[in-house]
Amino acid sequence: MLYRHRWLQVLLLLAPPTGWFLVVYLGSLSVLFLSAFWLLDPLTSAVVHTFSLRNFQILLGDPTYRTIVLRTVGIAAAVTLTDALLAFPIAFYMARVAGPHARSLLFMAVLLPLWSSYLVRVYAWRVMLQPHGPVESFLSAIGLPNVEIGYSDVSMWIVFSYIWLPYMILPLYAGLERIPRSLLEASQDLGGRGGITLRRVILPLALPALAAGSIFTFALTLGDYITPTLISNSQFIGNVVYDSQGVANNIPFAAAFAIVPVVIMAGYLLIARRLGAFEAL
Amino acid sequence: MGRLGLRLATGSVLAFLYIPLVIIFLFAFNADRGQSWPIRSYTVRWFGDALANGDVRDALLLSVEAALGATAISLLLGSLAALAVHRFRFFGRETISFALVLPLALPGIVTGMALNATINTAGIGFGLVTIIVGHATFCIVVVYNNILARLRRTSSSIEEASLDLGATTWQTFRYVTLPVLRTAILAGALLAFALSFDEVIVTTFTAGTDETLPIWILNHLRQPNQRPIVNVVAVAVIVLSAVPVYLSQRLSASDAGGLSG
Repeated sequence: MLYRHRWLQVLLLLAPPTGWFLVVYLGSLSVLFLSAFWLLDPLTSAVVHTFSLRNFQILLGDPTYRTIVLRTVGIAAAVTLTDALLAFPIAFYMARVAGPHARSLLFMAVLLPLWSSYLVRVYAWRVMLQPHGPVESFLSAIGLPNVEIGYSDVSMWIVFSYIWLPYMILPLYAGLERIPRSLLEASQDLGGRGGITLRRVILPLALPALAAGSIFTFALTLGDYITPTLISNSQFIGNVVYDSQGVANNIPFAAAFAIVPVVIMAGYLLIARRLGAFEAL
Repeated sequence: MGRLGLRLATGSVLAFLYIPLVIIFLFAFNADRGQSWPIRSYTVRWFGDALANGDVRDALLLSVEAALGATAISLLLGSLAALAVHRFRFFGRETISFALVLPLALPGIVTGMALNATINTAGIGFGLVTIIVGHATFCIVVVYNNILARLRRTSSSIEEASLDLGATTWQTFRYVTLPVLRTAILAGALLAFALSFDEVIVTTFTAGTDETLPIWILNHLRQPNQRPIVNVVAVAVIVLSAVPVYLSQRLSASDAGGLSG
């Protein structure tokens, strides 16, 4: 009987997941974004439920917040670029050089850190970067005793690049693997040396995959607050949002500031879609 | 780039990925309470101390309970959504995949704050239930992707054959569809478990004063006297979240690799 009523089947299958999603997730998001237009009464610290753009005026007007947004976006961009550079050789090796056995080993080696122990991997860097820690002794061993990385924007750049690197390697590997061998051979037959083939054939064909990977590296950096608090003393969008919510208890302002990375990401996704990133995910 | 250069670069990137993890393993066996490098002598006593620590045991138990709960909910909801999207054409079908991935794609702090605001407004007490709800929300997509990928690679003719041979819809599901999906379901469940087990950002907003294992690490890593135990717990989290991922990958080894397994 059920088989004949297809709409009933669809309804039965879909009602639980969409119901959950609408109520728990989209409902919560609406509550949050709605509260961005409310205000905190400075005297009573109570949320005033009247529509206002005051939070956004503060965000746009105060140069402190502009600096924080620029720093966050700048580091996210630097991390994305670094990860693209680091990911390319290993992804290329996995896709075009390694045999099947080495390839599956490498795939697993990249996949494991992607899915597990985000916090532990950040913590490991905190241990490495501490005074008299492994990084310091490594730097003085190679003759750079006075270079200080510990807990700065530089350390944040290194650690973010480290944490999100697998998210760049895997899409890029998949993208490079899809390039037909015949195109590379054609380029060589036509006199394209390694460098030219790389620049004129491989890179343009790998661009959608690079864009796909960059969505992760950029978005994940933009929204993070754990790494900045553990690795540096700099203010990041995530920290300010977290402190406004948890320490200052100013949920309307936290919500307004949390919209900033979401808007930036929406813009980024539009560009990435132009580059064909969604087909390469 | 020469082949040797490529090999060197690959090796360096692998070293970059794994050296911090090796270092944390070594520090977990460091006999010295201080954390200076290089390590002078090794011990296993911190593992015993960590096991004897009541807070750590409670946190481990809470993490496992939360991961099991989140996995169960995402298994149910993720497979229902995957079956619906694969079987039927309906209004809004294209947006389901997009909507389900949002909790993973949007910053965790946004998901966390949104859930926190709702839990506060609804007046629900923070604890195991709210942790599970938060984790399930972003774990659904993992199960969904695994099962949908398997369904798409499975020919629908075997189900049609079963129905043609007189099996009921339920019998077809129980004896044909489910066995085909079994490893995909298991792989999705393992990934969901791992994702939940070491999640920290959303959890900080949904746990209240309860501590999962990652939250315990976060709360104690600044206390110098707790550092040896934090190192041991960190190693435990690496192992307990890596093993399910490894098993999951082995289960779907025949699948073409993608981010979502």
